[in-house]
Formats: sequence, structure tokens, C-alpha cells
Amino acid sequence: MTYHRPLQLNQALELAAMGARVLAGGTDILPALQGRDLTGTVLDLTAVTGLRGITESAKRYRIGATTRWSDVIAADLPAAFDALKQAAHEVGSVQIQNSGTVAGNIVNASPAADGVPALLVLDADVELSGANSKRLIPLAEFITGVRRTALLPGEIVTALEISKSATSGVSAFQKLGARKYLVISIAMVAVRLVLHNGRIEQAAVAVGACSPVARRLTGFEAALRGLNVAQPSAWRAALQADITARLDPIDDIRANVGYRINAVAELIDQAIAAAAQEGE
Amino acid sequence: MTRLTPNTPLNVNGVVRDIAAPTGRRLSDVLRDELGLTGTKIGCDAGDCGACTVLLDGEPVCACLTTVAQARGADITTVEGLPKAGYAVLQASFLRFGAAQCGICTPGMLMAAAALIRKVPHPTTQQVEDALGGVLCRCTGYAKIVEAVKRANDPQPKPLKAEIGQAVGARLERLDGQPKVDGTEIFGADATPTGALLVRAVRSPHFHAGFSFGDLAVWQAAHPGVVSVLTAADIPGVNCFGTIPSFADQPALAETHARLRGEAVALVVGDPDAVHALDLAGFPITWLVLPHVLTTAEALAKAAPQIHAARPGNILTSGHVQCGDTQAALAAAALTAEVTIETAYVEHAYIEPEAGIAWMDGDTLVVQACTQAPVMDQEETAKVLGLPKHRVRIIPSATGGGFGSKLDVSLQPLIGLAAMVTGRPCRMVYSRAESMTSTTKRHPSYAVARAGCDADGQITALMYRGDFNTGAYASWGPTVAGRVPVHASGPYKTPNYDASARAVHTNGPTSGAFRGFGVPQAALAQETVYEDLALAGGWDPLAFRIRNAFRDGDRATFGQVLHSTGIGECLEALQAPWAAAKARAAEWNATNHHIKRGVGVASCWYGCGNTGLPNPSTIRAGIRQDGTIVLHQGATDIGQGSNTVISQIFADAAGLPVDQITLIGPDTALTPDCGKTSASRQTFVTGRAAQKAGEALRAKLSNSGEGAAWRGRVADMPLDALGYVVSVEETYDPPTVPLDENGQGQPYAVYGYGAHMAEVQVDLRFGTVKVLELVAAHDLGRTINPMLAEGQVEGGVAQGLGMALMEEYIPGRTENLHDYLIPTFGDMPKIRSIFIEKPEPEGPFGARGLGEHVLIPTAPAILNAIRNASGARVTRLPALPYRVLAAIREAGSD
Repeated sequence: MTYHRPLQLNQALELAAMGARVLAGGTDILPALQGRDLTGTVLDLTAVTGLRGITESAKRYRIGATTRWSDVIAADLPAAFDALKQAAHEVGSVQIQNSGTVAGNIVNASPAADGVPALLVLDADVELSGANSKRLIPLAEFITGVRRTALLPGEIVTALEISKSATSGVSAFQKLGARKYLVISIAMVAVRLVLHNGRIEQAAVAVGACSPVARRLTGFEAALRGLNVAQPSAWRAALQADITARLDPIDDIRANVGYRINAVAELIDQAIAAAAQEGE
Repeated sequence: MTRLTPNTPLNVNGVVRDIAAPTGRRLSDVLRDELGLTGTKIGCDAGDCGACTVLLDGEPVCACLTTVAQARGADITTVEGLPKAGYAVLQASFLRFGAAQCGICTPGMLMAAAALIRKVPHPTTQQVEDALGGVLCRCTGYAKIVEAVKRANDPQPKPLKAEIGQAVGARLERLDGQPKVDGTEIFGADATPTGALLVRAVRSPHFHAGFSFGDLAVWQAAHPGVVSVLTAADIPGVNCFGTIPSFADQPALAETHARLRGEAVALVVGDPDAVHALDLAGFPITWLVLPHVLTTAEALAKAAPQIHAARPGNILTSGHVQCGDTQAALAAAALTAEVTIETAYVEHAYIEPEAGIAWMDGDTLVVQACTQAPVMDQEETAKVLGLPKHRVRIIPSATGGGFGSKLDVSLQPLIGLAAMVTGRPCRMVYSRAESMTSTTKRHPSYAVARAGCDADGQITALMYRGDFNTGAYASWGPTVAGRVPVHASGPYKTPNYDASARAVHTNGPTSGAFRGFGVPQAALAQETVYEDLALAGGWDPLAFRIRNAFRDGDRATFGQVLHSTGIGECLEALQAPWAAAKARAAEWNATNHHIKRGVGVASCWYGCGNTGLPNPSTIRAGIRQDGTIVLHQGATDIGQGSNTVISQIFADAAGLPVDQITLIGPDTALTPDCGKTSASRQTFVTGRAAQKAGEALRAKLSNSGEGAAWRGRVADMPLDALGYVVSVEETYDPPTVPLDENGQGQPYAVYGYGAHMAEVQVDLRFGTVKVLELVAAHDLGRTINPMLAEGQVEGGVAQGLGMALMEEYIPGRTENLHDYLIPTFGDMPKIRSIFIEKPEPEGPFGARGLGEHVLIPTAPAILNAIRNASGARVTRLPALPYRVLAAIREAGSD
């Protein structure tokens, strides 16, 4: 094993260009080894200057690639980030939150990644950097399948960027699992709502663990506009239609398809109610 | 470039240490292997269990997910550094509140707790649960850990001391607790002498497969550092072990084909770094995959592959108990009910994977490994390795949870073989996946029960048929098949009874012993049909059970006349909590529509000790010339507390102070056989031997129990053959009568009884269940140590809750602790223990066993409560949300 832990981003990008395997919090790569040692060339990003932390500029929030989930919890952020903070609390345990990174969660590209729905409702973009390149693509395009991403050889994720146009309103996250802590989701949802006098002006709704890649329910979001946030019956039909159209859950050891479809609708109602309560 | 070189310094517990290991190694490995800080435990290497939690700059992380490079520059605190960091109060609090049982999770708990109380000196329950939720415990049920953390910074009272003659019944801290909280306890993986070789097993990736080896010598030569490659051909003795000699069928290393996934077929022994780094995927072996069966239904099918040639139909054995005329009684019953119920494989999920070390001491093979049964390990290791028994010495390491699985040998013959062949100390540490795939499980069961009662609600008959998936090898399958029909009536009068159970081989994991030996599965069927009858008859479920409970003088289905039966008292103790919980649920349900509450009850009984077979324990004690009181205590303490309980019994019987006893053992060279830690027998059987030994010592000392006058007398006395001025050795074996062909006899001398009441809430939208409160009433005969007894109850309830709601081991799919779920801090109800003390004449000071009883009623009580809350009659366990929701809908459509 060759283990690199550079201090400068350009050094990291050079190593990435040479094919080094990227490690940050280690909470996905090390468990997969089942006690064996790392092998090959490893690029540890956690010492790279400037990659850790959440910063705010005039138009955007930037979540650096080595920002831990505990950093998200501790950050002073607007209510639109509440869903992300709630998701952060659900990532593994305090120990995992202290090591695991937001960027690692999306790069790992698990269908049950706790962070992805909340980032989707924030319209997060992913900054991909190579030795001689930098590009910004929407998160929804970054994760392309189960454990697959749009990362090209030599690229690393250097940040998530969130436009302030997507940080208005209130938000909430709901996760359903078979136990309290350290649990992989049966299903999870994040919602962000812009409310005015109890009416929904704008809505973003995302669902995880019910399709190969977590998805926004855009049809349902459009249907929510103008509705009274306290009347779930008004959106039931649109919700069911969009769940059928956009989600593709599977039977696994945690639940079956029918259960997940039912649970998602209930979780969304709960998340909307929770977000609305925040908005009061 | 910033590539780090060896000699990376680490600042551990305030001391800067140079490290030779590569910077990409796990911090957990480096702390343990290189710095000798073995207080940091490794339970999963995946962040799933939290046992390896350390502090980096005050914040908890899993050391198994942290590389050395990432830890460089940080202040690292491990359990060994807690006193220096100011957390001795936390360690003391863990002892005072009984928060450490086996102790394997304790360092991780302490570290997570230290991080919390640094910020919040007096945390709430919720804060403790959130902060410690990433550390799993399989023993305690978490309640005492929460209490210990909440009150760590409270004023410190002095530890309770028992006066002479008052140890029994006293809430003493465990006598062996200190090493569990300071990180010095030596578990199976913690003995690492320099020069020891590492052993790894090559295991079958298939459920059923033939195999042949390539050129092992060539492979070995190509892998520097490998000292030896061992296969079945190298085994000098009989390559066949089994906990019950007449059913022994399991090879230490498979010979020509593997019958289960994870079965060991070869060993690689060598330099630890080299062997650790090996990729065994390249080992020269060719597999021929064979057809396999994983369920009893598949195994019983006509065309099923035969797993053992001598066991036609894949049936290992069966057990049967009958009395009266069950068919006629069922036909004549006013009400009848029937259920078909299915339970899953349940994994023991102790936080310590199997581990140990073996070495040669002259011509004696010494094995120091985690175990529940040192003498059985000695016998089986000797058999496999072709040694006379006296040339194998077993020194049990501290055992980080067992619950039945560590009754079977696992690595003992393997490391023994490696040590014999190489002549060097040989270590082996199972990975979590190895532990989960290759060791035993709770039997999955498929059972049909039919019960009938008369118009007054008196049970008239019960029919029970159970098929138990015993997996690839016999292990304790015969015991389960035998115990189930004896116990399937529950602690209820059943005049007509017909119960049988079969142990059926499959290519699944071997099912063995797991807290209750099949009785928890049987209780689920019986308590479900009892609930059916109570509901159909319009009787209060608790009153229905009280009406049918055994009373003194009743005859059990197997013919034994029962005495000192505490089940009626246990159920009656639930009456007030039952009424209160019913009222609370009704009030809640009047105004809540999505989330409904309900209450359920179930009972248990359990015979303590072997079923109709001898199982003696022998206790030796002596006084040294300097007055030291020595107790040779051979009952393996796997966290349940026998080191403390046996000492309490012995001390009071001898009239000696419990806090001045020096404990020796267990160690097959130093302690007489106290049998295995199973079947809830140690407090009863070894306790009774300890009582006899104490009384004998008291007589020899002519000790009135009033002071230490005897000390003056012993100083000048000559030494006996054992090196004591006075010594005693006493044996106790419970009187039993084996069962005849109709299952009639006196299988146990002593029974324990209990009943649980569960209060749950069920979310009707999701089928999720939260157990709010659990009241556990148990007849202990005499409570030797209330704190340890509560610990048993709370831990048993946690395992019962897991079995009820989340635990389902799926071979090939859930071989880790994130897909296989056990309860966390946040899943536990408030637990209240009620101890009934109806003296058992056969038990020491009237005491009976408790360890397994505590798990049996939990799952059926929870299922009955789910039904009361939601109407859902769940018949497939675990009651995962989707299954509960389906059952709710089914009930609603009736």
C-alpha cells in the first residue's frame, strides 16, 4: 500500500490523475475490506487545505469535500438546510458523523445514502475537479446508478454547491428503518417548502431507497403549488401518480415493493407536516 | 510530496509514541498490535458496533475507520487514558450501576460517554441514548449503561459492602468488574505474545460443495512468511466433534466437501503481518458446487440432497412428550384455536468474535480462548488432536458474550493443531463475517399448535408439532428437539398433551444453543393460541393465564409433580401493572388514530440444567497459611455474573467475608469441573456445590461466622496435598429421571418461572412497533444479587425484543452487523423487574436459574401487545414493519 495524504489540492489532483483511490472519512471503503488492510495507492483527502467546512458567498453555499456530517450539524444554516441537518443526525452514529463526509456519501452512490434526498431538494450541484479541469453538474446527474457516478478517471469531488435560489423556505427529512440508531433506510424522504399564509408556493420533494438513485418527484411538486399545506387529501392522487411514475422500489430483506410505495406516501405527508410546523 | 513514512508519531493518552506500521493501517489495529493498548476492542471492523470508539481531540470516532495518518496530530484518548483524562468517575459509575456485564462493549461505551459528559455533565436519558447510540451491547439491554452515564457526576457513595452472612441478597458490584472498565480485561484476542504466529482459515464460499486442493507446497513457497498450511490430512486425532458425543459429526476441517457456507477447509499459519495481508482468494482450491437446501421444507422434500448419509430424510432426531388423549380432548373442547408460526435464524451477535491463542507448555497443549464450556473444549480438542485429555489445558479468556454459541468449540482445535505442528504460539481472531457464517445460530422453526379449552376457559389440550432447522451439523439440535416438547405447554396445566419436535438438517448455518434451546420459539406458538382462546372466549388474557397456571402439586405433561411453582405469583404480580397499562392504552387510543397502543402478556418456564442427564459441578476451596480464602470457581463467567454470585453463595455458607475471597479460575488445570455455562444451571448447580463447599469449610474451620478467630488458628497448620491448611471439595448433581418413550420422567430437578407484560405502540401507517414498557416478573426462589439479576432480565428482554421485531439472519445475505440488526439504545423500553422469591428447596439458599427464562416470554408478550393495539396477528418473525402492516390489513379485512 502507498498512502498519500497531501496538504495541497493540486497535489491531490496529480495523485488522482495517476489513478490513486480516493479516501475521505473511510466509512465506506474500510468496512468493505472486512478487516483487511488497504491496498494499492490511496489518496487521503482529509488534510487538503480548504476542503473542509461550509462557506457562504453572495450567491451560494459551498460544502467542501471533506466536510463531515458533524460539521453540517454544527453549522449555522437557514431552515432550508434543516432536512440536511436531520439527515446528518441519521447517518450511522455520532462516530460515523464525526468521520463520514457529505461528499463521500454521494460518491459512494448507495440507493440508501442518507444525505442524497436532502441535497436533492436543495438543488445541489457537484464540483468535480481534475488536474486540468473543473466542472459543476447537478447532483441528480452526478449519481447515475447503484454505486455509479459521473466521475471521470482522475476527477475528484471537491465540493457541493448550493445556489441561494434554492435555500428559501423550510424543510424536513424523514427516515424509516427497523431500529433507532445505525440503521439502513427502508425508505426516506426530504421536502423543502416555500409557504405563504399556509399555501405552498414552491415545493421540492425527494425520495431515497425506493429507486436505484434517489429521485425528485417533480410532477408531485408541481401539483403541490397553491395547495393548503394542511390538507393532504388535496394532493393524494397526484402523489400516488408520481410515486408510480418515478419510483422503482425493490423487494429486499427490509421490506417489499408494496410496503415501500405505501410508506413513501405516508412519509411525505409527515415530512410536509413537519416542515410546515417549522414554518409557523 | 507528503507521503508519510513509518515512525509516524501518535499522541496517545498524553504520550507521544513512534509507530512503525504503515500510515494507512487502521488506528484500532495499531493501538492494539503495536502499542499494546488492547482496551480498544474490535467487534466488526466496519463501524457497525462502536466497540473500538476512541476520542480524537475529544470527539468519538471508530478507530477501525480511522487511518493512522488521520490520527496523527490529534490527541488520542483510549480507555486506558480515561483516569488521566479525568473520567475515573465514569468507570466507577459503570461498576456501581452494573453497566458492564461481559465487558467487551464497555470501553466503547465509556469513550462515547466521556465525550458526552465532557460537554453535558448531567445528561438526560435522550442525550445519553443519542451520544452512545453508535455502540452496540448484547448483554445489558442498555438500561444500566444509561443510568451509569446519567449519574456519573452525582456524589459518589461508597460501594456497598456485605457483612459476613449477608452477601446473599446484597446488591454487590461485580467482583470481577474493575478490569472490564479499565481496559485490562484479557479477551480472546487480547493475548498477543511476541513471536506468536497468526492463523487464518480458508472457508467455503458455498452452501454445499466438494473441493480438492492444488499444490499447497507451491502456494506456500510463493508466499513468504507462511510457515504452515494445514488441512484435514494433518489432523492427528478424530476429525469429528460435537457437543453431544453420540451425535458428533462435525469436522474441525472439512475433508472432502463442505456442508455449509463458511466451513473451514484449511489453515494458513505464519508471520502475523504476512498472514494478515494475504488475499486468500488465491488459495489453490477447486470447488465443485453441489445442490443445497436451506429450509426444513426443502430438506424434507423427497428429492432433497442427503446432508449426512446416516440420517435419512435429513432428520437428525426428534423429541416427544404426550399424556392423556389429545385428539379426543380437542374434539370435545368448547373452543379451539390453531396457529402456524415461523421464526427466523437468530444470530448471537456477541460483540466479541471468536478469538484465542494456543501454545505448547512442555508436552501440554494450552488453549486460551473465549468459551462457555472449558471442560468440553478440553475433551473435544483432545479428541480432534489425538491427545489424552490431561495433555490439553483450557484457560478461558474473558468471554465477550456467548449466549450459547460459545458452548461449541470453534477455533480451539484449529489453533491447537497449529501450535502442535509449528511448536510456536498461534493466534486466531475471527472476522465478524467469519463469526457470523461459521458459528451456531438459534434454530429457525416452523410450528403448528392447536389448543382447546372448556367453556370456563380451562385448557383441556394442546397439540404441538415443530420442525427446527438444525443446519449442517448436530451441535445442540438434539437438545432443542428434546427440550421443546417438554416445555411447549408453557407453565400451564395441560391434561391432554401431544408435542413433538424434529431437528432437521439443512445446508444453513449450524443451529445450536441460544438462550432457551428452542423454548422461546415454542412459547411463541403456545402463547399465540392461548391469546386466540382468551380473545375468542371473551376472557381477559391475563386472567386466562392465571386461571391455567401451574400450582404446587400439579402434574406436568411429562408426569413430574411440581413443587414451589412461582408462575401464579408472577402473573398475579402483573395484575396491577396490567390494569394501569390497559387504562393508559385506552386513554391514548381514544384520541389517537394513527398510532395505537396495546398491552400483551406471556409466560415462561424453564428447567435448569441438563434434560434428564447428569450435570454435576464441583467446587474446591481452601485457606492458605496466611489466611487467604481461595475459591476455585470453575463456572465460566461470560458476563452473567457467576464469579460474583458463586462467591456470594460460598461466602455466606462458609461464614466468610465475600470481599476477601481470592478467585481462581476457571482453568482446567486449576479448577474442578463446574460444567458448562448454559441451561441456566450455574447459579443453581454450581451455586449448590459452592454452598456445600462453604458449609464444609465452615465445619472444618469450626467457624461460627462471627469474626476472624480462625485466622489465628490456621497460621501454624500443615499444608495439605493441594497446598492449603484447610481445603474442601464438594460436588452437586441435580436429581433427575430420564424421559421414557412417551416423554415421561423427571427431566429437571428445578424449574424457574416468569411472566412479561409488554406495552407497545403500533403506527398503523407504517407497521412500526415501539415497545414502551416491559414489566418482567420472575420467580428467582432467592435473589442472590438483585443488580445482576436485573441485568439478566434487561439483557434477555433486549434479545427477546430483537427476536420479536428485527432479527433475521439470512445465510449469504446478512453476514455483518448493519444488515443483521440487533436492538440499539433507542429501541429499548422502560423495563421494570419484579422478583418473586418462592424458595426452591433444591437450590442454594432457595435460588433457581434465571438466564434463559428472561428471554422466553418477551417476544410472545410483544406479539400479543401488537395484536391488542392493532389487531395484527403476526405469525412470521421477526415482526418487521412490512409484515406487521400486512397483518394489520389482513385483520382489518376480516
